[in-house]
Amino acid sequence: MFAYCADPNSLEGLAWLACYLTTGKHMGLYWSFGTVLSLLAITAPVALAFGFVGAMAARSPFLPARIIGKGYTAMVRGVPDIVFFLFFVIALDQGVEWLNHQIRCPDWTEPIRQGLEFRVCPEAKVPLGTSPQYVHQIYGFGLAVVTFSLVFGAFAANVLYGAMQAVPRAQLETAEAYGMSHGQVFRRILVPQMWVYALPGLSNLWMILIKATPLLFLLGVQDIVYWARELGGAKTSAYEYPHPDWRLYYFLFLLVFYLGFTRISEIVLDRLTARLSRGQATAAGEAMRKAGI
Amino acid sequence: MTCWETISAYAFRSLGYGQRLLPRSDFTLCQQFTLIGSGLIWNIYFGLVALVAGFFLANAIALAKTARSPWVRKPADWFIFIFRGSPLFIQFFLAYEALQMLPRAGINMLWITIETSWTTRAWAGALFVLFLNTAAYSAEIFHGALKSIPKGDLEAADAYGISGWAKFRRIQWPTMLRLAWPAYTNEAIFLFHSTTLVYFSGFPAFQQRGDALYYANYFADKTFNPFVPYPIAAGYFILLTLLLILAFGAINRRLNQHLPSNMARKIRLRPQVIR
Repeated sequence: MFAYCADPNSLEGLAWLACYLTTGKHMGLYWSFGTVLSLLAITAPVALAFGFVGAMAARSPFLPARIIGKGYTAMVRGVPDIVFFLFFVIALDQGVEWLNHQIRCPDWTEPIRQGLEFRVCPEAKVPLGTSPQYVHQIYGFGLAVVTFSLVFGAFAANVLYGAMQAVPRAQLETAEAYGMSHGQVFRRILVPQMWVYALPGLSNLWMILIKATPLLFLLGVQDIVYWARELGGAKTSAYEYPHPDWRLYYFLFLLVFYLGFTRISEIVLDRLTARLSRGQATAAGEAMRKAGI
Repeated sequence: MTCWETISAYAFRSLGYGQRLLPRSDFTLCQQFTLIGSGLIWNIYFGLVALVAGFFLANAIALAKTARSPWVRKPADWFIFIFRGSPLFIQFFLAYEALQMLPRAGINMLWITIETSWTTRAWAGALFVLFLNTAAYSAEIFHGALKSIPKGDLEAADAYGISGWAKFRRIQWPTMLRLAWPAYTNEAIFLFHSTTLVYFSGFPAFQQRGDALYYANYFADKTFNPFVPYPIAAGYFILLTLLLILAFGAINRRLNQHLPSNMARKIRLRPQVIR
């Protein structure tokens, strides 16, 4: 990156470090922080939407929808989330290829599952075998996002279902007495009021989501854990910047990153909770009223 | 190979007994059930030992966090912050790398040489991380419970002349446990769930002796079919969770037995403490 980095062997001390930390591979590490942040930015709203639909389904008067909704919310309770992560990534990948196969090669006669192999026609491969590397990476990242959203959607559905149940029943009955329809009660009374009950659970979920991001590594995405292992490993003198095993320091750096991230989130969410509790008929709101804020 | 033979060959494979080679082709359902169940032994080992040992440390840290002296309180605060604020996955990696830095030949203390190579093995290293991790999460729960002991209980203790250690042992601690128990049940459940991370986080599965998810992953990789092994692993974990809820529910009933039934705290499952 810097002009004096042309010959790494002649460098010493801080100059060496500056050059070392700006190699192309280190840029990959810095970019992968962007990967993690964009995963968070996409997953959080999508999971919230999944959770909302799940909670709505779990409350629905229509039995099959209720069963699906309840099943979805119950899914994450007894089973480790990492099982879902490992499962969904393959299952989604195979599902997409299978669908694509049915559409593109209707006259393919061989069975898809041949013994130990999963074989679809070459045109149905997603992404195509001929597509460039970055398409594969984006597709892998997309699968990871969908997987995260599905799992965290189930967590969010739990929280939102509880929040919907927590809205005082009298509020809804009053709305019904005014002649509002089911949909109107839901839109105008239930949804606006449930957020303050959902916020503690949702902020918890956000923390869990942050702490789940290193699992991207297990889903085959080149995330920060991947780069920390890659860059930290001992480099012999065959490399431009030889160094002993530094993985400990790289992981220490990741630890500090996560600690800082969760701490900042905590502070912001605490403020948000205080803001939303103002004037609400909850314990926190009552305490603020008494304190005269 | 009949199913019975498979069970006798693989039931304790995860501990290193029985058939050495894992199945490589013609995977049967029986093999998958047996091997994944065999791996579950490790999950139970990690979860149980970490939970029991962590319980004591958690009590100590929760008390330290309520201490008035900052020399005692601050370290407890930091311990809880570090273990709750960072992903368990990163903690595993970090611990593994740190333990590998220990001198290979062992540490020479006076005349005794302390072996260090066993610390990088999962049974010791990962267990240590899980122990500290669950202690931090539980300490936070216990601390919250200590803070919410009804003021009247403590005043009553004072009025009866119970103070110091006796007050803690007979009034504060049982009440803390009772108030914390539903949340602690959750913590226990998610601790068992997080034991599945061990073999995906740097700690190598020595001679392919892994936990339930390690074998499930093995089968899914070999058969390209995730629809069989993962549901099996999930089924085992649901069973384990149900057993945990039964055991913790029984303790909860015992802790609440002196209260009228409508005042007893119910255990509600909440995904609040996964890491």
